[in-house]
Amino acid sequence: MKVHEYQAKEILRQFHVATPAGRVAFSPDEAVRVAENLGGSLWVVKAQIHAGGRGKGGGVKVAKSLDEVREKADAMLGMRLVTHQTGPEGRIVKRLLIEEGIDIARELYVGVTLDRASSRNVVMASTEGGVEIEKVAAETPEKIIKEFVDRSIGFQPYQARAVAFGLGLSGDAFKNAVKFLLALYRAYQEMDCSLAEINPLVITRDGRVLALDAKINFDDNAVDRHPDVLTLRDLDEEDPLEVEASKSNLNYIKLDGNVGCMVNGAGLAMGTMDIIKLAGGQPANFLDVGGGASAETVESGFKIILADPNVRAVLINIFGGIVRCDRVASGVVEAAKKVDVQVPIVVRLAGTNADLAGDILRESGLNFLVAGSLKEAAEKVTQAIA
Amino acid sequence: MSILVGKRTRLVVQGITGGEGTFHTRQMMEYGTNVVAGVTPGKGGTTYQGNDRDPLPEGVPVYNTVAEAVAEQKANASVIFVPAAFAADAIIEAAAAGVGVIVCITEGIPTRDMLRAYDFVSRKGVRLIGPNCPGIITPGQCKVGIMPGFIHKQGHVGVVSRSGTLTYEAVWQLTERGIGQSTCIGIGGDPVIGTQFIDAVRLFGEDKDTHGIIMIGEIGGTAEEEAAEYIAAHVKKPVVGFIAGRTAPPGRRMGHAGAIIAGGKGTALEKMEAMRAAGIHVVENPALLGETMAKILKSKSNTRRIPARKSARKQARRPARTVRGKSTRGRRRRT
Repeated sequence: MKVHEYQAKEILRQFHVATPAGRVAFSPDEAVRVAENLGGSLWVVKAQIHAGGRGKGGGVKVAKSLDEVREKADAMLGMRLVTHQTGPEGRIVKRLLIEEGIDIARELYVGVTLDRASSRNVVMASTEGGVEIEKVAAETPEKIIKEFVDRSIGFQPYQARAVAFGLGLSGDAFKNAVKFLLALYRAYQEMDCSLAEINPLVITRDGRVLALDAKINFDDNAVDRHPDVLTLRDLDEEDPLEVEASKSNLNYIKLDGNVGCMVNGAGLAMGTMDIIKLAGGQPANFLDVGGGASAETVESGFKIILADPNVRAVLINIFGGIVRCDRVASGVVEAAKKVDVQVPIVVRLAGTNADLAGDILRESGLNFLVAGSLKEAAEKVTQAIA
Repeated sequence: MSILVGKRTRLVVQGITGGEGTFHTRQMMEYGTNVVAGVTPGKGGTTYQGNDRDPLPEGVPVYNTVAEAVAEQKANASVIFVPAAFAADAIIEAAAAGVGVIVCITEGIPTRDMLRAYDFVSRKGVRLIGPNCPGIITPGQCKVGIMPGFIHKQGHVGVVSRSGTLTYEAVWQLTERGIGQSTCIGIGGDPVIGTQFIDAVRLFGEDKDTHGIIMIGEIGGTAEEEAAEYIAAHVKKPVVGFIAGRTAPPGRRMGHAGAIIAGGKGTALEKMEAMRAAGIHVVENPALLGETMAKILKSKSNTRRIPARKSARKQARRPARTVRGKSTRGRRRRT
């Protein structure tokens, strides 16, 4: 689960991770009030969307007066912000973060995540702040400092010092950086994050160490034990069809293609998408209906797939193991009758009672294209979209 | 022969009295798995007969702890069906009790809990499969997990995969062609799992009864690449591979917590390339997994071909090749 920058910073502050002072604003008036309360003579107006690269897209502006705060806030709220992470359709800005301006001496990078290869958490840092870390990793991997965290004892002070020295820090900045790193790791650990990334981490001229930006992702399997985090979910940032699907316990991700698919199991679902592409189509979605594949799940799956106007055909691929194919077939027939499907439907059911399922589909009076094997299913999809 | 589970497996089911636990215990027993005990804290001392929907073929003694099940029934393997919030603890309990193989079916375990369990299990030297996996089956002998038993057939192809139904798909393609399997393992789709591809591939490589391997990966992480490297250096059996998720967009989690292209890493194309470089027969289409394995097993030389363009690596591999020329599979087991 993702949260906004301002929410991430509020969480980090609870763990004594230093951030610039600031607050969220939903209107230009509120933005000015926040700026007034912050005081000073320099503010930053930052668009709050769940995507990176906001600066380049015009989503981060400096204001030198309260009038300028109002002006920038007014321009930014409601704008369609397009960044390399939003896709061409961009995101509408509905919230702003108003922060005090910071006198920056250096910009660094620090991030905490799981290293899957070694099944350990890793604290990464780099002197190349503000730059995409993937770019640094690809072009100058020697510039990334990595401290792997022992699973039984956690992130240790000596490791924080190693990182701070590695970043070339000394004096107050060094001391503050060590504190910062230990606090950041504690937040990552205790809040069940899957990523805590500070880019840039800034060193001010007076030696303060601050999270100028903050990105936190939470482990979806653990958010239930953080009820406060659950309330931070912003449905405006999610695809409406995906939100609808999650209500029916379906695992759906909308894509840009023309062939919808409904599959049981995540791996088989991805494999089915790949087959659609090989058959000359483009997958319109990822949809894992889970182990059950009951009539109700199939029906909600249909509704969600067909709500996407780009869909020209649907491929249903269910491997009936413990679920019986004849039951799935009856579910498909019932659902298709209810939903009034206008596009060709290719159905491939394999496994338990697959023959019986084929008969049910053929005798339903509905126009299903029934496939026996995965290969045949691909051929039928090609026909259907030709 | 087979790997990890077989005729000598004495299984304890953790969470046996739950709905899922009961259903799958029945399925496993009907398949022929030797289920010797169940564990449900608070229900120790009873004999579990199943429920109305799923009566068990025979009563199974229930214990409060895994340690008791090990002491009294000599359980040597465990399968876990307990809810996600308690599953990491169940893994740790099984490892502490001295069970040799732990199969965790439970989906949705928080990563932080899993790291703790993983740490303990690896220090104990216990083999963990999963979590969030279909389990492991040695056809005709022992099924520890939730896969449908009837699609399998006894034989000589080892199957390892991150996904459930995609594994069934591959197995079914083999069985329909009359090709049996030595053992099939679903290693699970989570970011932190016990048994990795490389471990499974090593075991299959060393198993005399496994003549070919199917490895089915998916986007995210680098486990497939690591296994490919190991295969290039140590495994002489033919390997057929597939990576699911070529069409998956970056940054989106595709169902499995682990299936995500993060920071441009873990794409299907990268993985397929690494596997090809290791001499693995990579199929672009999962519908061709069975067919490809059938062709390879039929062809005269069923050893893996190393592509000529990887000449830089030849030097290192030359001694091994001479060994292969002189035969004896047994030698491989030492490496």
